[in-house]
Formats: sequence, C-alpha cells, structure tokens
Amino acid sequence: MNGVLSFLKYAAITVWSVFVAAPLLWAVTTSLKTANGVTGGPTYIPWLQYEPSLQGWRSLFGGAGGIDIVGPYINSIIVTLSATAISIVLGTLAAYGLSRYDYRMGFVKNSDIIFFFISQRIMPPIVLSIPFFLMLQFLGLLDSKLGLILVYVALLLPIAVWIMVDFFDGVPRQIDEMAMLDGLKPFEVFWKVVLPNSLPGILVAAMFCLIFGWNDFFFAFTLTFTDTQLLPVAVVALNSSVTPWWSLSASALVSVLPLIIIAFFVEKLLSRGTLAGAIR
Amino acid sequence: MSLVAQSLNLGHGGKPHLNAVSAAFERGKLTTVIGRTLAGKTTLMRVIAGLQNADSGALMLDGKAFSSRAAWDRDVAMVYQQFINYPHLSVFENVAFPLRKKRVATAEIAKHVTAMLEKVGLSAFGERKPSQLSGGQQQRVALARALVRKADILLLDEPLVNLDYKLREQLRDEFRGLLESQRQGIIIYNTTEPSEAMMLGDQLVVMHEGRILQAGIPAEVFEKPASALVASIINDPPMNIIYGQLDGKSIVAGGGLRLPRPKRFAALPNGAYRFGLPANEMQLASSGIKGRVTFSEVSGSETFIHAETALGATVTQVEGVHTAPIGSEVTLAIPTESLFVFAAEGDGRLLSAPQQEQRP
Repeated sequence: MNGVLSFLKYAAITVWSVFVAAPLLWAVTTSLKTANGVTGGPTYIPWLQYEPSLQGWRSLFGGAGGIDIVGPYINSIIVTLSATAISIVLGTLAAYGLSRYDYRMGFVKNSDIIFFFISQRIMPPIVLSIPFFLMLQFLGLLDSKLGLILVYVALLLPIAVWIMVDFFDGVPRQIDEMAMLDGLKPFEVFWKVVLPNSLPGILVAAMFCLIFGWNDFFFAFTLTFTDTQLLPVAVVALNSSVTPWWSLSASALVSVLPLIIIAFFVEKLLSRGTLAGAIR
Repeated sequence: MSLVAQSLNLGHGGKPHLNAVSAAFERGKLTTVIGRTLAGKTTLMRVIAGLQNADSGALMLDGKAFSSRAAWDRDVAMVYQQFINYPHLSVFENVAFPLRKKRVATAEIAKHVTAMLEKVGLSAFGERKPSQLSGGQQQRVALARALVRKADILLLDEPLVNLDYKLREQLRDEFRGLLESQRQGIIIYNTTEPSEAMMLGDQLVVMHEGRILQAGIPAEVFEKPASALVASIINDPPMNIIYGQLDGKSIVAGGGLRLPRPKRFAALPNGAYRFGLPANEMQLASSGIKGRVTFSEVSGSETFIHAETALGATVTQVEGVHTAPIGSEVTLAIPTESLFVFAAEGDGRLLSAPQQEQRP
C-alpha cells in the first residue's frame, strides 16, 4: 500500500516537473538555433537535429541583431534590490507596529490600516499607471532608477506588510513582554528578540518582493523611455518586425536565472529545517 | 516595606477586570493569590509588571509611586502560565539574557547561569534550544531566567497549571526551596489550587471577578472564610453548601431534614441561611440523609464520594481508598458543630464558624 502511494506520489511529481521544465528546455534549445533552425520544423536536440549556434547568446552582449543586455540587467538588479530592501525595512517596522500596538484615528483602527496597505494592490496596474506617471513627472523622476524604485516600494510594501503582520501575529506577545520585563526598551525588544525570531517571515517576504519586482514589466514599460531600461522591457524590445526567437530565448533564460538561484537557496534553507518551525 | 495596590480599577463595560483592588504585598513574604479563572489574578500581575495600565488607582513601592515607571524600569520578573522562552536562544543564553542586558561581566554571567541551571536541574541542557525540551524543563528555564536576576518583585502566574499532575507535584515541592533565594524580594504566586496556595503562601489573597474577597494568613482564611464564596474557592474538594433555615430549636433543610440547633447558633435570628460543611467533616453513617453516588474519585490516600441527596449535590471525603459504585446508596450524617453559617443572600457573609479546636 505504501509502495503504491509513494509510486503515485513520485509519478505526480515527475509529470509536474516535466510540465514545469519543458518550456525552459524549449527555451534552451531555441536559444541555440539560428533562423533556419527555428523555421525548419520541430527539432529539439542540437547537433543531431540542427546545427547549434551561439548567435542568440552573442546578441545579448552587443552582438549583431540584438541588444546589449548588461545595462538593463544591472538596472533591474539595482531597482529590484533597492525596492525590496526599502520595502522589507519599512514593511517590517510597520507590520510590527500594526501587530503589537493599537492605533486609533477616529473610526480607523489597525485592521483598516492593514486593509489600506493591501488595497494598493486591488486596482489594476493600468489604473495606477497614470497617477504614477503624473507624480513622477511632477518630481522630475520619469525615466530614472530612483523613480522606479519609489513606484516599486509603493507596490511591494503592501506585500511585505501583509506577510510580516501575519508572521508577527504568530510570535507570542508574551515574548515581547518578557523581554520588556528583562529590561529591554520597545525598540530593543523588536531588534534583539522579535527580529531574530522572524527571519523566516522576512525571507519569505523578501522573496515575494524580489519576484514581483524582478518580473514587473508594466510599470518599467510605462514609466521609462530610453535612459533607464529594465530587463523585461529590454527583452520585449527585441521583438521587432522580425522576431529573433534565439535572442529572445537566451534573454528569457538569463532573466529567470536570478529567480532560480533564489528559489534554490530558499528551498535549501527551508528543507534544512532551520527556518521551518522556528517558532512552535 | 512593601508593594501596595490602592483601589485599582481596570475594565471595560459591565465586567471589570479589576474592581477596587487594594492589597499589600510584603517584602520577604510569598503571597499567593487564589481565584478561579477570570478572577483578575493575571490582570493584577500585568498591572504590577507595567504591561497594562489601570484605569484608576495607584501602585506604591516602599511608599513611592510605582505606576509611572515603565515596564523595563520596574525590576519585575515574571513566569507565565505558558512556557515562554526566547526561541532563538539556547537554554544557557535564555537564562543569561537578563544578565547580559544588565551588562554583568561575562565571567560572572557564566558563574551565575551555571549555578542556576544546576539548581533547576538543567545543567546538561545548556546548549539546547527551549523547543528541544519537555514542558516541565521549559518551565524550569523560564523560572531560572526569572530567578537569576534576583528581581525585586517576582511574579509567578500559575506556573504549574500547564504541567501534568506528577510533574506539577514535583515542581511544587521544589519551588519552596528555589524561592528561598528570592526571600529578600516580593513574591506573588497566582493559583487556582487551594493545596498550592496553602503549601506555598505566607499570605493569601482570595480574588473573584476582579474583586479581592479576603486577605490574610492562609490558615486563618481557611478557618474563617469571609463568605460562602471564599469557602468554595479555597476548598478542594469544594465545601458542601446546604440551604436551610434556623427554626426554633432546629436546623431545617431540604428533604425534611431536621437537625438539633447547636448552642453556637443561639445568637442568630430564625430565618434562611447557607450552611457550609467541609467535605472532610461530612460522615458516612448508618442513619441520616440518603443519597445516590454520582461518582467517586481516589486522590492520594483519600476518597471523595460525590452523591446527590435531597439537600443537593454533596461531597464526602473519606480516609483511605473506598469503592462506591455509581448509583449505589449512601447515608450521610452532618455533625452540626462543624457547620459554617453563611448569610443566604449575596456572597454569603460568614456568620458563624466552627470552634478551631474542633477542627483537627
């Protein structure tokens, strides 16, 4: 019975893995093709079925028929990391306050403030894009990294707050109180006791922020023109009158690479059990 | 030299958590606060610790205002009902935590913590995380951390309630010895269990629904509970309460029970009263009130027989281990000299208590 169950389990995992990995493998083979390779029917195995070429990869680094991907790549890293860092710092502080203290402004209470944060994500991006555009224009920050960082903070902060409020609510309040009785002032309680016990939550929140920030196309597209190009925009910009599938595939692979690395590390940490069940 | 609470009030709406609470906690004494759940015991501790503010009233420590000091400035240590430790720190670091905060020298810390872990029997577990310990051990860590500071005020909020029976008894026995080292300070110990309160406390405070019902030396409170309510809180098994009347030369109660009126009740006017009889004074007899056993439990070397009678539900404490099958008939006798008399209305004010020498 156990054998059957574990067989079914592994079968399901295998099917799912194929389902997830197939598009990536397809992108890998396509990135090694030339125009002839792409249009010459369904072929998958280099050397055997078609003659591989590094043209697609070369085009990413200033080669013919492509773009220089290094600039947008660095832009994306700077913008995503900065926005994530700011969102996590502010979000963690805000979430701790919302989790531990009662705020009241007229009829507005903690739950309303939390909803206010989340409500930032209710509206479709297209609705937000116009006000964002006008605000950045007013600040003179259109087509700049700083402008994009500010916009991303506005978009990522709700995620960070939301995840961290939930996480802090799970850390028993008595731990804070005990630390206070042990002589720690409120900020020390947060810094020395609550924060070290909240690393798993922070990691999860940071991961979400990185993924959202890294993958965003819409705001990077609407709020920049030529000076500050982010990776998703650069990738899509490849798609002119003739689509260079080989360059597109190579750039797509390059742009998911950081996320794959992050996922790999987080998975390692989680499965090592250092984070899972750190509290209760 | 003591901590004095002056008419503390705290509460929202109809059911206050603290209702005009005034009490004095002497330095060098262990005060147990007994009360059922929701009596306000924990709230009182939280106010003393500065984790919660009273709506009105004051706390005075050695004659100086205490209420205005912040929680981190009060030198109060607290052990919670739940086993609360710092999850990210080892057992050793958990106990060392308050000392590190005080910037005690590292060598001193090592000495104190090692001695304290020895005392609570956790020497072998210093490197472990609290989550790798059993409940009883976790609570010892919490206790060790509270003790190592030698805080001026030590609050123990039902520290044994979440432990299993055996461990509870064992730790309770150890507590007296452990707490000796804190004798220079003020110790307050919350409990719901009369046996714990009697065994540990130098002073006893009885609380109910936010009010202090009675305070005093445990034996005295036990001898002369201020009311039927106090008697029910401090007796385990609960005191038998019989509703009846004093009528001429008799005590009249349900089921046509008629007992001779003892001389002690001479001064009481005829009328309705509540009569209290401790479970250990109720007797099994050949003639008396008939009852049907609802259940019986053996506790240590005693047996508690619960029976339904015309007087209501009764508990009889019998020495030794007895078997009383459910549904079987018992006959109970009431020694009138052992009766407490409480007023019929309200909490049941104490009107007459048995002579002390008659209560062994």
